[in-house]
Amino acid sequence: MKRWEFRLSGSGGQGLITAGIILGEAAVLEGKEVVQSQSYGPEARGGASKAEVIIDTKKIYYPKVVLPDIILAMSQEAAQKYGSEIKENGIIVIDSSMVDDFKHDKAKVIKIPITKLAKDEVGKTFTANIIAIAVLVGLTKVVSFDSLKQAVLNRIPKGTEGINTKALEIGWQWSQEKL
Amino acid sequence: MTIRKTSLIQGNRACTEGALAAGVRFYAGYPITPSTEIAEIMSEELPKFGGKFVQMEDEIAGMACILGAALTGKKVLTASSGPGISLKQEAIGYAAMAEIPCVIVNVQRLGPSTGGPTSSAQGDIMQARWGTHGDHPIIALCPSSVYECFTLTVTAVNFAEKFRTPVYVLLDEIIGHMRENVELPAYEEIQIIDRKKPTCTPQEYKPYIIDESMIPEMADFGTGYRWHVTGLFHDETGFPTGKTEIIDNQLKRLMNKFSKYEDEILLWEESKIEDAEILLVAYGSTARSALDAIETLRNEGIKVGLFRPITIWPFPEKALKAKLEKVKHIIVPEMNYGQLTLEVERICKDKTLVSGLFKVNSLPITPDEIIAKVKEVL
Repeated sequence: MKRWEFRLSGSGGQGLITAGIILGEAAVLEGKEVVQSQSYGPEARGGASKAEVIIDTKKIYYPKVVLPDIILAMSQEAAQKYGSEIKENGIIVIDSSMVDDFKHDKAKVIKIPITKLAKDEVGKTFTANIIAIAVLVGLTKVVSFDSLKQAVLNRIPKGTEGINTKALEIGWQWSQEKL
Repeated sequence: MTIRKTSLIQGNRACTEGALAAGVRFYAGYPITPSTEIAEIMSEELPKFGGKFVQMEDEIAGMACILGAALTGKKVLTASSGPGISLKQEAIGYAAMAEIPCVIVNVQRLGPSTGGPTSSAQGDIMQARWGTHGDHPIIALCPSSVYECFTLTVTAVNFAEKFRTPVYVLLDEIIGHMRENVELPAYEEIQIIDRKKPTCTPQEYKPYIIDESMIPEMADFGTGYRWHVTGLFHDETGFPTGKTEIIDNQLKRLMNKFSKYEDEILLWEESKIEDAEILLVAYGSTARSALDAIETLRNEGIKVGLFRPITIWPFPEKALKAKLEKVKHIIVPEMNYGQLTLEVERICKDKTLVSGLFKVNSLPITPDEIIAKVKEVL
């Protein structure tokens, strides 16, 4: 397996660091090497926030993303700030319910109304990050759906299994349609 | 707690696990980014081990409070960053002078002043050595991975106890906040060192009588042993003195306290150093960039290696000097304006050229930047 570099960006409070941790934990379940890191502003809510996940089969030294294979952008600011630097033929996933307009010459841009789906289909806006990681895993197959589901279930509060599983399935389904 | 699965944990958390494993049972401090998780986790975990957590009114009080607890026999730790570490300096000097075991975790952020709270930096290298006034001994350890955040916190607690000294664990924001998959050792497998306690009666006890170990025996407050603790120069009873020969002896001993223990205290790691013509000297998160750079450069046939000081203070001077036979040029990449470069230059300038690679804009030094620098000096 090659080194996979993920950049999850949005605004503080959208749960992107949690999403990054869950993705990392899914890879740990499969025995892979993982480094997860983040950068964020001094604000607790709002401000551009980014979580990075690197997954590899060999030891990871440099812990930051060099050039992402895939970017998730869940706010207009994040799309503009983090959406330009990407590997040739990389994938940029745009939350079209949060980002009005986005184009990229070299990358494949996939638009999914992630936050809207969380609100309307799952009924809970806070599951947007779970839909988003299901999309990322669905597009890259960096881990199996089962590992991802296990990692989600390991981390979420009791009683939220139903809505989170639903969010995962919605994200996965959308990703397969967009492939 | 015996069987530990591999899990994805943060550097700051690994620090707290190391502290608990080493027997730390008292924490006082004041939270500040990017070290806050350490306070947060200690507040949750310490009560489960019968320990105490106190959030003080500020960082100065946090430092003073752990010293008080250490005098009662507890193993103690505090954590802070940036301005918080500056505030602690006076009490760190007090700990060095009165020889109170304590561990200070500094998760370095970009300074000076409040600087960049969420930005990584390695700008506190010289502060760790000389932050408090006057000549004084200090130990500073610098982890490069989440696993080392655990092991070196254990080592720091052990050193503090054995040598009766303040010990820094110097993380940078990247190491503190990154998560890696690690398998931490079971607590039972960890070697723990306790401070040496008096064997004499309370009546006979003189707190600063020195034997050949250079480290005085330390009685716990509240056990009947009465002694005087001061930041003033003091004689073997612990009471202040102005006698020049006592002052002279005390400071000499403090400054030489670690010299007979260098084999134990000085830690470093070498990578591909045997035939290296270019030697990188890097620490903390920057050492990881160096390792990636070495892999690429070696594939191109360029003979480059890494010397990574793990103990930053005292610096493993002899070990580095012994490796310079084939080295033509040393490069020190660091996230400051050359604090360790100056030290490396002092040690190596007679034998080889030394250049720094500095970056102080809140971003890490990338492997590509190190590669470019190596090619520049080739």
